[in-house]
Amino acid sequence: MTAPPRADQLGLIGCPVCSLVSRAPNVADAGCSRCGSPLQRRKPASLTRTWALLIAAFMVYIPANILPIMRTESLGDVDDNTILSGVLELWDKDSQGLAVIVFCASIVVPMLKFLALLVLLICVHRRTHWAQLQRAKLYRMIELIGHWSMLDVFVVALLTALVRFNLLSSVEPLPGVIFFGLTVVLTMFASRSFDPRLTWDDEESHG
Amino acid sequence: MADKEAPNEGIEDVPQPIVRRRRFSASWIWLVPALAAIVGASLVVRSALEAGPQITISFQSGEGLEAGKTPVKYKSVVIGTVHSLGLSADRNSVLVKVNLHKSAESFATANTRFWVVRPRIGLGGVSGVDTLFSGAFIGADIGDSTEPRRDFIGLENPPSVTHGTPGKSFELHSGDLGSIDVGSPVYYRRIQVGHVTSYQLDPNGKTVSLHVFIDAPSDRFVTQATRFWNASGVDVSLGANGLKLNTESLATVIAGGIGFQDAPGPQDDTPAPVDTNFVLFGDEATAMRPPDGEPSYIRMRFDQSVRGLDIDAPVEFLGIDIGHVVSVNLDYDETTERFPIIVGAVIYPRRLGRAQTKLAAIAAKHGDADSLAQTVGMLVGHGLRAQARNGNLLTGQLYISLDFVPGAPKVAFNPAAKPLEIPTQRGSLSQLQERLDAIVGKLQKVPFDKIGDHLDESLTQLSSTLHHLNTDLLPQLKGSLQGINKTLGSADKALSGDSPLQQNLGLTLEELQRMARSLRVFSDYLSAHPEALIRGRRPDAAPKPESPPGAPRASPASPLPGSGP
Repeated sequence: MTAPPRADQLGLIGCPVCSLVSRAPNVADAGCSRCGSPLQRRKPASLTRTWALLIAAFMVYIPANILPIMRTESLGDVDDNTILSGVLELWDKDSQGLAVIVFCASIVVPMLKFLALLVLLICVHRRTHWAQLQRAKLYRMIELIGHWSMLDVFVVALLTALVRFNLLSSVEPLPGVIFFGLTVVLTMFASRSFDPRLTWDDEESHG
Repeated sequence: MADKEAPNEGIEDVPQPIVRRRRFSASWIWLVPALAAIVGASLVVRSALEAGPQITISFQSGEGLEAGKTPVKYKSVVIGTVHSLGLSADRNSVLVKVNLHKSAESFATANTRFWVVRPRIGLGGVSGVDTLFSGAFIGADIGDSTEPRRDFIGLENPPSVTHGTPGKSFELHSGDLGSIDVGSPVYYRRIQVGHVTSYQLDPNGKTVSLHVFIDAPSDRFVTQATRFWNASGVDVSLGANGLKLNTESLATVIAGGIGFQDAPGPQDDTPAPVDTNFVLFGDEATAMRPPDGEPSYIRMRFDQSVRGLDIDAPVEFLGIDIGHVVSVNLDYDETTERFPIIVGAVIYPRRLGRAQTKLAAIAAKHGDADSLAQTVGMLVGHGLRAQARNGNLLTGQLYISLDFVPGAPKVAFNPAAKPLEIPTQRGSLSQLQERLDAIVGKLQKVPFDKIGDHLDESLTQLSSTLHHLNTDLLPQLKGSLQGINKTLGSADKALSGDSPLQQNLGLTLEELQRMARSLRVFSDYLSAHPEALIRGRRPDAAPKPESPPGAPRASPASPLPGSGP
């Protein structure tokens, strides 16, 4: 008992919204007596949800990469591009900077999120104390960069709306972009449903 | 629970949480990955179901083809996409792997044809303009076969007739292609009704076969009696009616074309079946001529120069074109040590028309198998000779004329010879040449030098004679002229009005007048008194007061006509 006591050990629980401290409830679905927000020691079924959403995100990520996301049509020349072929084309057309940006936003970031969440989840399952601080930072980083993955979706949406010159050229979205958007949304949910406090629970605590 | 049982004294007033409505179980969250899995699986299943057969097409060049992009189209509908491009093992062709759609599975059968559609600009027109911007695509045309096949050889040129187009295909044979190309139009009464679909050299290398496709419903105008001709270019003919310029259409002048029509006269007009063979004639006039029938070969031996006699020069019988020259060869005769020229020609006896049938009938009566040899033998007996005649004085073109030469020396004719040999006679121009030669020879014998000398002598004599004339004769002539002048002057004087001659003449004439008057009186008297000739004149009666003034006065003066002065 050298470490400072935790609220849990004192039989108390704080409201995450209005910060009212209450007695730790003995039922699962307790609410704050002041603002009515749910009072949970940890996010309920955090690991289950994260796993489920992560797996779902990964499943949609596969068609997101295989299916073409955008069709550019200029003077009858129809060109379907997947994410990777778009990046390669940008690179070939001497827009290496743009290619790097798109590559980072569409491929590196989602993959990074998958890996980071996987690491966090596995670590929680193993209840290890390894690199707890780094893991906390990693989680914050995931939260920060998660939104930027939507870049591709925005680009397609913008181009579709802007480039409408009928015969001369037009851009239309293809199913791939929906899957990609789903991937991003699902990973965001997954990272949200992960409770970073689990990182700090020791062996006796329950997930 | 142990922790909760040990409360501090400071938390007595900590409020109890309220109980909220129960939420649904967290395990429902597994529906999300399940749903994702279902969507993914459905995608996989759908793509597996949609995937048609993969076929390989080999092309000479992969120009314009892009892996994963170039579509395969049938009637402008996409039926597949190029999957990948590669080279064949021998690096001679490009292997294009194509993923056909599931619905286009029937295209993976034996008779399907594939070709690359690229923009083509020809004299006959422009095609595939859309591919200028959209890039090339692979065109497909399905056949009748149901036999599955995965490997195809792509066509280098698009087929000009797609499968199932109503119409008929025919085969034409010609000596050469002319300016006809694939896609050249075929005209029927100057309306385009079809086009040339392909052409190739026959295996023997001597003729060309063309395939034409006539669209329905005009294909029924192609009958057993139809004649096809090459309608390319401009047909300029200079006839008795003047210059005539004839062409099917402006396009055929440049791009070539074929025309067809039934031969004139009553014909077999049942429509020709598909792939009937026809002869492609060089021009309309040749096509419309009655059929030539079987050709016969004849040979002629000329002992003169045949400069200007070309292959294809006409062979005429009494002015009717019955064939043409096929060979001109030089020979050497050891016995006479001369160079005879052997001219081979093809003649079409049927061009003789009615004469031929009659002659053949006569020959048949003689019971000879080879009627032509018999006929020719008979004609040679009557003086038929071949002559190399001048057809055009300007260009010196020769033609072979078969004509009856009166008084031709008898020659031996061998009816069994193959080919028939027709005796020759020197041509008209060479005869003319000979005569001219003879004239020139005679002219050369004339002693122009001597004649000149004589002429010179005569001229000198003439000159001296003239000199004499000038010096001697002319002065005398002058004297004579003066004498004449004098004579004329005196004559003039004698004839003038106041000359004595003139006066005498006047008096004489008056006298004569008087004499004539008395003569009249005398005759009057005589007619009244004829007895006076015998009895003499009676004495005058008493003068009548009303008698004419002239009569009484004249009658006493001159009783007789000769009593005047």
